[in-house]
Amino acid sequence: MKDQHGMTLIVKTITRISVWLILLYGFYIIFHGHLTPGGGFAGGVIIALAFLNYMLAYGRGKTEKWININLLHDLESASAILFLIVGIIGIALSGTFLANWITSGKLFSLFSSGTIPILNIIIGIKVCAGLFFVVWTLSIFHIEEEAD
Amino acid sequence: MILYLLCFILLLIGLYGVITKRDLIKIILSLAIMEYAANLFLILFAYRKGGTYPILEEGKEIAMMVDPLPQALVLTSIVIELGITAMLVALAVRLYQKYNTFDITKIRRLAG
Amino acid sequence: MVEIWLIFLLSIMIIASIVAIEVKNKLSAIITLGIVGLGTSLAFLFMQAPDLAIVQFLFEIFAIVILVRAFINPKKHQEEKSGMNKFLAVCTIIVLVLIAWQSLDLLKALPEFGNPKMETAQYYLDNGASETGSANLVTSIILDYRAYDTLGEVTVLFTAILGALAILRVKAGKSEEEEVSK
Repeated sequence: MKDQHGMTLIVKTITRISVWLILLYGFYIIFHGHLTPGGGFAGGVIIALAFLNYMLAYGRGKTEKWININLLHDLESASAILFLIVGIIGIALSGTFLANWITSGKLFSLFSSGTIPILNIIIGIKVCAGLFFVVWTLSIFHIEEEAD
Repeated sequence: MILYLLCFILLLIGLYGVITKRDLIKIILSLAIMEYAANLFLILFAYRKGGTYPILEEGKEIAMMVDPLPQALVLTSIVIELGITAMLVALAVRLYQKYNTFDITKIRRLAG
Repeated sequence: MVEIWLIFLLSIMIIASIVAIEVKNKLSAIITLGIVGLGTSLAFLFMQAPDLAIVQFLFEIFAIVILVRAFINPKKHQEEKSGMNKFLAVCTIIVLVLIAWQSLDLLKALPEFGNPKMETAQYYLDNGASETGSANLVTSIILDYRAYDTLGEVTVLFTAILGALAILRVKAGKSEEEEVSK
C-alpha cells in the first residue's frame, strides 16, 4: 500500500532539510519563553509537528528507526513526575508549593527568572510526546481499516 | 455591544449543530466551533483601547498594556480543547469499527 | 478602527460556521472549520495577544490533521447520508432566537468594549517584572503566580491523551502490530 511507504522523492528530499530547521525553531521558542511570546506549549507543538512531518513523508517503518518510541513513552511519564519534584523542592526551600526557589537574575537575560525556564522545558517535552502518540496510534488504525 | 452579540451568535450556531445533526463528524465540528466562540468571548473583555501587548521591552511603559489575566486563563483552555477533540476522535473511530456507520440513531438501535 | 476589523472578521466566521455545519461533503466541512479557527487566531492578534495567537494557530492545525487523518478515506464515498428531523430543527431555531433576544439586557450590562476592570491584573502588571524577573508577563502569570493551574492543565492533557490511547489500543493477536501502548 502506498500510504505505508511515504510520499514522492521531491517531498522526501525537502523534508530531510526542513525537519532540522523546524526542530531548531521549536527549541528556540521553548528556551526564550520568558522573553518573547511563546513558551512551553507552543514550542512543544512545533516539535511534535516536526516529527509528524517526518512520519508523513517517510512512512512508519523509517520513523521507528529515527525516533526511539520507548524513550518517548518514558520521557512523557518522567516529565509529569519532574513537575511535581520541582514543586516539592519549593516546599522544602521556601515554604509554599511551586515557589520560585532559584534567584531571579537580571531582567532581559537568558538565564533569569528562576524556575520558569525549567518548567517551560518540562511542559514542552510532555506536550510533544503526548501529541505525537495520538497521531502515531491513529495511523495504525488507518492502515488496518484499509486492509479490511 | 455588537461584538458581544456576534460572539454569542457564534456560540448558538455551534449549539444548533450539536442538537440537530445526526452525523458524528458534524457533532465534533460543532463542539469545536463552540469552544472557539467561548475563548474569543473571554478575550473580548480584556482589550483596552489603544493598548499594547503585555511584554516588557527596553524603555516601554506599563500604563497602556492590555489585561494579561484573561490571556493566561484562555491559554489553558486552548490546550484542553485539543485533548477533548483527540478523545472524541478516538471514540468515533472505535464506534465506526464496531457498528460500521456514523449515524447516531442507528447506533442507538443496534444492540452491541 | 479595531472594532470595524473585528466586526468584519466575526461576520466571516459566522458565515463559515454555518457553511461548515450544513455542507454535505466531509472534507469540505473540515476545511471550513479551519477558517473559523484561523479567524479566531487573527482576532487574538488584533487584540494584542501574540502568545495566544501562536498557540491557537498551532493547536488548530493539529486538530485538523487529526480529523482528516481519522475520517477521510479516499476510496470510500464521502457524502453524509442521513436526513434531518425538520420538526426538531425548527423548534431549536425558535428556542435559540428567543435565548438571543432575552440575553440582550444581559449583554448591555457588561463593561463596554475597551474599558476593562483591572483589579488583580493591575498588581500583576506593576510588580510582575521585579518579583519574578521575566519580561513576558503572561508567562510569569501562568508559571509563577498561578502555577497550580498549570499543573492541573498538564494533568488533564495527560489523562485525555492516555484515554484516547487506551480506546485505540489493539488487542494482542488481532493484527500485525503486537503492542501499541502500555
